[in-house]
Amino acid sequence: MVNGISLGSVYALIALGYTMVYGIVKLINFAHGDVLMIGAVAGFFTMSAMGDATPVTLFGAFLVSMLVCAVFGILIEKICYKPLRNAPKINALITAIGVSILLENGAVVLPFIGPQPKAFPTMTDKSHTFLGLTISNVQIIEFAVSIILMIVLTVIINYTKMGKAMRAVSHDTKAALLMGINVNRVISFTFALGAALAAAAGILFSSAYPQVEPYMGIMPGLKAFVAAVLGGIGSVPGAVLGGFVIGIAETLTKGFISSTLADAIVFGILIVILVVKPSGILGKNIREKV
Amino acid sequence: MLVLKVSGLNVFYGNIHALHDISFEVNEGEIVTLIGANGAGKTSTLHTVSGIIQPKSGQISFMGKPITGVAANKIVEMGLCQVPEGRRIFANMSVMENLEMGAYTRKDKGNLKGDYEVVFTRFPRLKERIRQLAGTLSGGEQQMLAMGRALMSKPKLLLLDEPSMGLAPLFVKEIFSIIQDINKAGTTVLLVEQNANMALSIANRAYVLETGHIALSGDAKKLAASEEVRKAYLGG
Repeated sequence: MVNGISLGSVYALIALGYTMVYGIVKLINFAHGDVLMIGAVAGFFTMSAMGDATPVTLFGAFLVSMLVCAVFGILIEKICYKPLRNAPKINALITAIGVSILLENGAVVLPFIGPQPKAFPTMTDKSHTFLGLTISNVQIIEFAVSIILMIVLTVIINYTKMGKAMRAVSHDTKAALLMGINVNRVISFTFALGAALAAAAGILFSSAYPQVEPYMGIMPGLKAFVAAVLGGIGSVPGAVLGGFVIGIAETLTKGFISSTLADAIVFGILIVILVVKPSGILGKNIREKV
Repeated sequence: MLVLKVSGLNVFYGNIHALHDISFEVNEGEIVTLIGANGAGKTSTLHTVSGIIQPKSGQISFMGKPITGVAANKIVEMGLCQVPEGRRIFANMSVMENLEMGAYTRKDKGNLKGDYEVVFTRFPRLKERIRQLAGTLSGGEQQMLAMGRALMSKPKLLLLDEPSMGLAPLFVKEIFSIIQDINKAGTTVLLVEQNANMALSIANRAYVLETGHIALSGDAKKLAASEEVRKAYLGG
């Protein structure tokens, strides 16, 4: 259960990126998982450059990799998705898959990353026991960082000018344009925000499974996508809820049924959701505008 | 002084020629109305002026500066704001947040507080519902919010697209008298309406659009009296 919650909080971070981008540009950004990989790689190099894994270097790694990924997110949108904004949605979707493959194979080819998995520096594992639950320090960090980032995100979305503009654009892009909102800037900001969260998730993920390799983003990316759909794509609280549900479902299956079945169960949830309630738990039913 | 000058505007949707050589002018302090049947090109004209649709040819200038091809958000910043058809308020945001979005382009943060008050005095109902989600307002209140939101950008020229659409007659009267008040307070108004009677009654001048062409233009009172317009648009 504890494992599930900490894993779920990481999925929730990734799912937030999917759901925000979808809310604004109605695009499932399949390259999102690979941004996680870039974040993990950036974090790996920062930590290696700064020396041993300590809370200070970990913090540095978060800062650097979130910044790097924010820039990456903006570039990916500007170069790959913006030219297709008025094209049929399927074109952008295929492009997203293309970007994903490009990032993975780009990472394989680059000499300083390469196909070999690298060990991610971790702090010495300490377990704490209270109330009969065993929690490792990595799990505490995972949970704490995720919660802090979610709170920061909530504040941004609800109380800053840019966050309000994001909600306005997501509700009605044309009306937002007519109010003088710079929609391009809002879209860039959304991609940057989503990518930064993915970067943080990348570091948390590679702290828990301490290695970094080019294809590491695929599975967490897909599972977080399932989480976003489960919660209701486009809904921010839905993504968080979905992330926790998927994380808990996965670890419970691993613990009590069979570890080989865990992934099957997660994607089974996707199929069930799409059949039973396609709009997700907290999703809005899409209503045709008059 | 000329606030808006549109000349020789041609707009296409794919192969469909939606606007043919549209030319019109709006002078400072006027209420000018564009009337015409459904599909005559009224909304297309406003969207082109606002920079949401790019024309194939033709010039638009606002306060003497060309705005053809200028980004929509820059046009709002210059002082030209539109209240879109169907209101299009941000239903998932509070009344206050909607007004804040209207003030998005404002650089003079110090004056904002007073301007919110001006909007609230003009629309007291909005003040009562300041924390309410905009989607829960009635149609008339939503129209008021849409107008208040646009006024927060401090426009020199306010474009209004079908403000009476879907409103109860009582609200229509109220909205039209508010439009006159806004105009008296110094904002030039370009009004697009299907309700030609109402529009002509408050406008100085009018242009009649017919399938993408300007068919008639002139003094609003004279047009309202003319046989031709009465037959075609005023039901007798």
